[in-house]
Amino acid sequence: MMLCALKALLWRDITLARKQGGGLGAALGFILAVIVLVPIAIGPDPVMLRRIGAGMIWLSLLLAVLLTAEQIFQQDLEDGSLELMTMTPTPFELITLTKAIAHWLTVALPLAIIAPPLGLMLNMELGQLPMLWLSMIAGSLALSLLASLGGAIAAGLRRGGLLIAILTLPLYIPILIFGVATTTLSLGPQSSLPALAILLAITLLCLVVSPLACAAALRAYMR
Amino acid sequence: MRWQNLVLEAKSLACERGGRLVFRNLSFTAKNGDVIELRGANGSGKSSLLRLIAGLNQPASGSITFNIEKPLAENAHYIGHSIGVKPALTVTENLDFWQKFFGGQDQIPLPSFHLERLADDEARLLSEGQRRRLALSRLVAVARPLWLLDEPTVGLDQVALGDLKREMTKHMKSGGIIIAATHTGLGMDNSRTVEMAEAA
Repeated sequence: MMLCALKALLWRDITLARKQGGGLGAALGFILAVIVLVPIAIGPDPVMLRRIGAGMIWLSLLLAVLLTAEQIFQQDLEDGSLELMTMTPTPFELITLTKAIAHWLTVALPLAIIAPPLGLMLNMELGQLPMLWLSMIAGSLALSLLASLGGAIAAGLRRGGLLIAILTLPLYIPILIFGVATTTLSLGPQSSLPALAILLAITLLCLVVSPLACAAALRAYMR
Repeated sequence: MRWQNLVLEAKSLACERGGRLVFRNLSFTAKNGDVIELRGANGSGKSSLLRLIAGLNQPASGSITFNIEKPLAENAHYIGHSIGVKPALTVTENLDFWQKFFGGQDQIPLPSFHLERLADDEARLLSEGQRRRLALSRLVAVARPLWLLDEPTVGLDQVALGDLKREMTKHMKSGGIIIAATHTGLGMDNSRTVEMAEAA
């Protein structure tokens, strides 16, 4: 019965994202804008672009996911849905986890799948793309989980967007470091697998910690 | 009777909101088939009391006991001012979600509040009264013994009022308990009144 409830919630959030335009369009537009503007800003030097390519793609993914963090819990808190959800046997932590996963499926994962080919516009090598893809797909779940944490802490605030950025960006640093490392090392003599393994470990850690923190933050708002 | 030997007991409850004492020393008992109307001026704590019972707020002192296995909140329906209706979803989708989330088994009860004609309309197109009817449909969609209703009659037309009365009567006959904050009265026979002012 609990699984049934969580499945219903996941499905509802995906439907809502589809019908309301869950921010995927805006986030994708943001990534595109960054990728198009970077060569204009720093000059069309192919060697330089190749060097910063992976970093720019990762950075734009990170910020694009952050853009959509505000809406993860805000509506549900305002319209009383979250309160009603506490009146069931389903643990509240699993509810926040489910909502973060819905955000991953509707925003972060599609972006992580679409973004790597854009690396070609920054003169990245074809050989780097598989690792960029892998690392982005693995890291995007952590990005969504941490975005949901920021979203939960700012859910009851008007214009909490800036607060979310300040709270969440420091937490994004390890993901950025190991995400970029995975991609850049894929060309060099060293193996990039250790970096990818650490990225996965970070994702697993977020999977455990972030739902607990989200639930605590939202409970404080509902009291 | 679906439920038997239910006793909901509130003992010398006190409620504080933002450091201000809303009411204190409030006690009442409710048994199967009881309808309790909470009466009192604005700000006398009717809504706060309903939220206390629903477990959404904690009492400053006192206790609420309900002699049923699961925690109280899982046995109660709370229809407050924020009703958890998503404007972008259709009436059916909205109701279907809550029914599944609360673990209801039956068909989606659109007819009980005459929502069949609106089934495929998005909730943002509904009037306030229609949205209330959609929220009230949750009561029927999932069977829970305790109904906590905050001004359930507000915004309802005559037909919907009739629907509400019919569903409440059914609920009482199956042994449920209804506690409602109301200014106008629910129009139910054999209802009891708890005056909030006396507990201030």
